[in-house]
Amino acid sequence: MSELSEIQITALKDLLYRMADDELILGHRNSEWTGLGPILEEDIAFSSMAQDKIGHAQALYEILHKLGEAEPDKIAFARNEKEFKCCHLTEMPIGEYDFSLMRHFLFDTAEALRFDMLAQSDYEPLSNVAKKFRGELKYHTMHADIWIDQLSHSSEEAKARMQTALNECLPLALGIFEPSEYENVLSESKIFEGEKTLQDKWTEAITSIIQKSGLNLPDIDSLKPSYGGRKGYHTEFLKPLLDEMTEVYSIDPNAEW
Amino acid sequence: MITKQEIWSALDDVKDPEIPRVSVVDMGIITGVEISDDDFVNVKMTPTFAGCPAVNVMKSDIISVISKLPVKGINVDVSFDVQWNSNMITEKGRKLLKESEFALPTKHNGLVTIDMLANVECPHCGSNQTKLQTPFGPTQCRAIHYCNNCLQAFEQFKPV
Repeated sequence: MSELSEIQITALKDLLYRMADDELILGHRNSEWTGLGPILEEDIAFSSMAQDKIGHAQALYEILHKLGEAEPDKIAFARNEKEFKCCHLTEMPIGEYDFSLMRHFLFDTAEALRFDMLAQSDYEPLSNVAKKFRGELKYHTMHADIWIDQLSHSSEEAKARMQTALNECLPLALGIFEPSEYENVLSESKIFEGEKTLQDKWTEAITSIIQKSGLNLPDIDSLKPSYGGRKGYHTEFLKPLLDEMTEVYSIDPNAEW
Repeated sequence: MITKQEIWSALDDVKDPEIPRVSVVDMGIITGVEISDDDFVNVKMTPTFAGCPAVNVMKSDIISVISKLPVKGINVDVSFDVQWNSNMITEKGRKLLKESEFALPTKHNGLVTIDMLANVECPHCGSNQTKLQTPFGPTQCRAIHYCNNCLQAFEQFKPV
């Protein structure tokens, strides 16, 4: 790709912040299961996926840094709530295990597809990390698909819980695809095909898994997507998360350990 | 004047802190070695997993090993320009992993399928009567399986 224009850089940074902030915040949420998982394997699974997500966030912040933004640690720990561009789905507290599992399924399916698309990006630093991350995501989606299927085919209580979690998570998940004002710049520059294309692929993918599981997929077009996160308007849950995550950094930004 | 060969051979002394018999060269994570005219060494490394916490340990181990050689300076460049996959583990690396009682990652053509995780050969008894317990093991790169023949759990280095 030839040298980026100013508007291309702005568009690219917007995309990178959305993706990286999703990874950091959901990574933090996933890590809240460490020591609390319903069974040991799930405790480890969520901890391991948390580690992957934080790793992805770091690599994406690194690309932002090379585009002139602050150092990765500073981006992660020294911004206020309004500057974060994560979607509402990632901010929600872990809730019960069914909620976390459904969120993981809906988010990671979208993320795996996003990386598949970005692996074709003309912006090489992004296509390079996307090619790497999609291999890791394979294990996340496999994990999610198996659990959605198994729990939805187990007891009545489990099935009812999964259905409630799906109904609760869907409008939040649609917020992943909140349109960006830079969609055209990104698609014309062959950096990213756009949120709409991604959402269509995602709808197809989740419909197939949900149908196999026997759960009812609400009519997506009739739902009101939880938008705002991409523009810095967040749920009441992000601020307390950031306060906790940045507690040590806030006391001493130069601390080393 | 130091040669690339000497650098590669020194790198073979830097072990993966999580599997201490296997070196960074065996793992296939060293993707290039460059030596400038004035003996400045640049080593290119790519992580097995993006969030691998061992990367910084290996990076500083590489710096300390290479610094002992007659070089002007050493830089380790960690990037995703080359993306690691489990096919990049060398034959020697696979042999050492096996000796360390890991099941090996199935070699693939770029596409990892769910079948590659089922019926993995047990490193203890060689049986294929095994079952994937969880793809998430003690580190990001390992899955846990169970052998129905020798009734023991074992770890597999994940195909990615």
